[in-house]
Amino acid sequence: MIFASLIENFWSVLLWSFLASIAMTAILQTSQGLGLSRLSFAFLVGTAFTSRRSRAHVLGFMVYVLGGWLFAVLYVVVFLIVGHGSWWFGLLLGLAHGVVLLVVVLPLVPYVHPRMANDYDGPTLTQRLEPPGFIGLNYGYRTPLSVITAQAAFGLVLGLCFQMSELTAGG
Amino acid sequence: MSKRDRINSVSATGGSPAEYDFAPVGDMVRSAAGDDYSPIEDYGAIGDGRSVALVSRAGSIDWLCLPHFSAPPLFSALLDRRKGGCFAIRPTTPFRSWRRYARDSNVLETWFETDTGVVHITDCMALLPHRQQHDTLRPQAEILRLVECLEGEVDLEVVCAPRPDFARAGGWFEARRALGWAYCWGDAVAFLQGELPLTCTEDAATVHGRTRVTASDIFCMSLAYTRRDIAVIPALGAAAVDRVSDTRSWWQDWSDSCTFDGMYRGAVVRSALVLKLLHYDLSGAVVAAPTTSLPEAVGGIRNWDYRYCWLRDAAMTVQAFAELGYTHEASFFIDWLLHATALTRPRLDILYDIYGETHLPESEVRDFEGYSRSRPVRVGNAAQAQLQLDVYGAVIEAAHLFVRHGGRLDRGEARALKGFGDQVCSSWREPDEGIWEKRDGRVHHTYSKMMAWVALDRLLDLAEGGHLRVPRARFEAERKAIEEAIETHGFDVELDAYVAYFGAKEPDASLLLASRYRYRAADHPRMQGTCAFIERTLDVDGLIYRYPPESDGMPGREGAFGIASFWMVEHLALAGRVAEAQIRFERLLESSSDLGLYAEEIDPETGSALGNFPQAFTHVGLITAAMALRRAEAEAPADGNRTDGKKSQ
Repeated sequence: MIFASLIENFWSVLLWSFLASIAMTAILQTSQGLGLSRLSFAFLVGTAFTSRRSRAHVLGFMVYVLGGWLFAVLYVVVFLIVGHGSWWFGLLLGLAHGVVLLVVVLPLVPYVHPRMANDYDGPTLTQRLEPPGFIGLNYGYRTPLSVITAQAAFGLVLGLCFQMSELTAGG
Repeated sequence: MSKRDRINSVSATGGSPAEYDFAPVGDMVRSAAGDDYSPIEDYGAIGDGRSVALVSRAGSIDWLCLPHFSAPPLFSALLDRRKGGCFAIRPTTPFRSWRRYARDSNVLETWFETDTGVVHITDCMALLPHRQQHDTLRPQAEILRLVECLEGEVDLEVVCAPRPDFARAGGWFEARRALGWAYCWGDAVAFLQGELPLTCTEDAATVHGRTRVTASDIFCMSLAYTRRDIAVIPALGAAAVDRVSDTRSWWQDWSDSCTFDGMYRGAVVRSALVLKLLHYDLSGAVVAAPTTSLPEAVGGIRNWDYRYCWLRDAAMTVQAFAELGYTHEASFFIDWLLHATALTRPRLDILYDIYGETHLPESEVRDFEGYSRSRPVRVGNAAQAQLQLDVYGAVIEAAHLFVRHGGRLDRGEARALKGFGDQVCSSWREPDEGIWEKRDGRVHHTYSKMMAWVALDRLLDLAEGGHLRVPRARFEAERKAIEEAIETHGFDVELDAYVAYFGAKEPDASLLLASRYRYRAADHPRMQGTCAFIERTLDVDGLIYRYPPESDGMPGREGAFGIASFWMVEHLALAGRVAEAQIRFERLLESSSDLGLYAEEIDPETGSALGNFPQAFTHVGLITAAMALRRAEAEAPADGNRTDGKKSQ
């Protein structure tokens, strides 16, 4: 039933994901542009594939948008399973997602990213990107705030869209 | 290749300082921790086309603005030894030091000799080979310092004390284990790495360390800067040595393409390297100097911010680049010139920042004592608001030179130049502040009128060549009117010379440029009289003041003006007085620092450098004077001085 609902509302979910990604990216880019954080997820992701800075930004952004869509699908699946989707529930989900990202995912990045250095071995010819450190604090002490806010906005927009569409597992 | 092999290939060192092909200059015995200010000429400049660091003879980086020339400094001990911050590597005991640039490059080498041994330090800001510039993740700027002990053993201390924005922005060091130390401030981070133990002070503001190096010991230090992005931390060891080598090769490849083949090639190439240091590689702009507030009179208030682009320098800079074979730099600079000025057209301001910004309000850094207690330290430049009519002539002459060297003007550029011509026609009758930016009011400066004449003359020439369209009759009539005004009011019959401003009795060294800009031939009687007047009144032992000292109403006595002294050389060469020109030129070469660098001014009594350093304008003067000498020598009879001169206008 859930799968059928997703297929049936494929374009809607794509649009919600697009809107949510815009909100999240706007917050992250703004915080980077204003100097609140040096974190750029697009650059972080893109440099996993290429060492060319300009290509890394473009490639990273594309992968990031695709990831945003996949996460949007996951959020909608959760809404459908729980049987409830609203702006505040999306917000809570986004906050939880942000915390997991900061506490679990970011600290692991130096060990899986091919171009990221780590605190124990130091930089090498290929591994020379600054690691994020605990909850991304290496990229600026406001980084956790901007990541959490961005993820919360992502969830909020998705929840709001879901709420307005009145989508249910029954279609 | 091991790090040792790489080091040898970079520095070609291995003996005592006496074995090297340069001589010690002056009294080199210094205490390791002197409290006083280094002489201005004691600084060497390293850079990466975006900013310049000044390295003292005592191994201290006392000035560095990041991420670009006009940005706030990270190190500014140059302007306040106690508060400004520095990045020093030096022996802990008294030492003698020698330095030079690695051949035809901006990679600085310094030797320190103590009672116990000799240490060699190579300093540079990293550049990558062209082919790798887009392929590699790299920081936005990196300072590399490579230390090698050549003989005996030497105790060294390292101090890195960033003080961003004249110590007004808060920052702190964080230990990042194997990644070194991260200095964080605002939206930027600088990673300090060193192959020696470093510790941090309690206030987290300074990292320091001491080590004893013995013969064949080598260590690297790197300071890598990133702003608003995830930092890139370069590797040390052999990789760092390779980066030094790549940087040296980059500069040498660039220098090797210099087409100047006359006498004084060494000095010309060094000056070209200084211009390249001051050429901002993201926009094409050339800043006047990388520093602010180095005093024109020590202890005085003549301290200005020169980290901007003066349009006046345009024509000479373009000519210098173009005639040395650096057409890319000339063309890039012209592009910047014509696009940066788009916002103010048809009016031209006198100075712009590297991106064309004209809002550069002047303020003072009140907490800083200034170089050798020369207050105030200024940021921004109030001269920006002045009216200086000569800039139109300079910009149009630059475009004319660009076209003469094969460049092409697009339709928009041609329209802009014609607009400048219209502006000259409507404004040349106004008084202005003039080339020297005096702050005592406007008068009718003769040089400004001459440059207005040059502007219209070159536009008419470009129109003649079909490069643009101008209202010919109007421009010709205005050109004639300007000339009549100059000849009537700007020439003093009693003095037999052109004078600083209409009705004045004062000389002005800028009037020597009338021959270069072909307003009057160098051997024209009026130019001969002007030259003699300037020699009588502004010349001190081969050095030329720009105007009579202490005549500008400001306290303190400034030095002789570097470029004015080179203008005299150029004028004499154009007049066929080649032997005199050559003597003066060689005298001026002796006035440079031991590294071949010039500040804005030279103290005629002590030979010390005064004003911002190194100064593009002075180095442009050296290049154009050398080129004039080369041309004059090619034209002169084999037996020496030519006295007949060219046919006068």
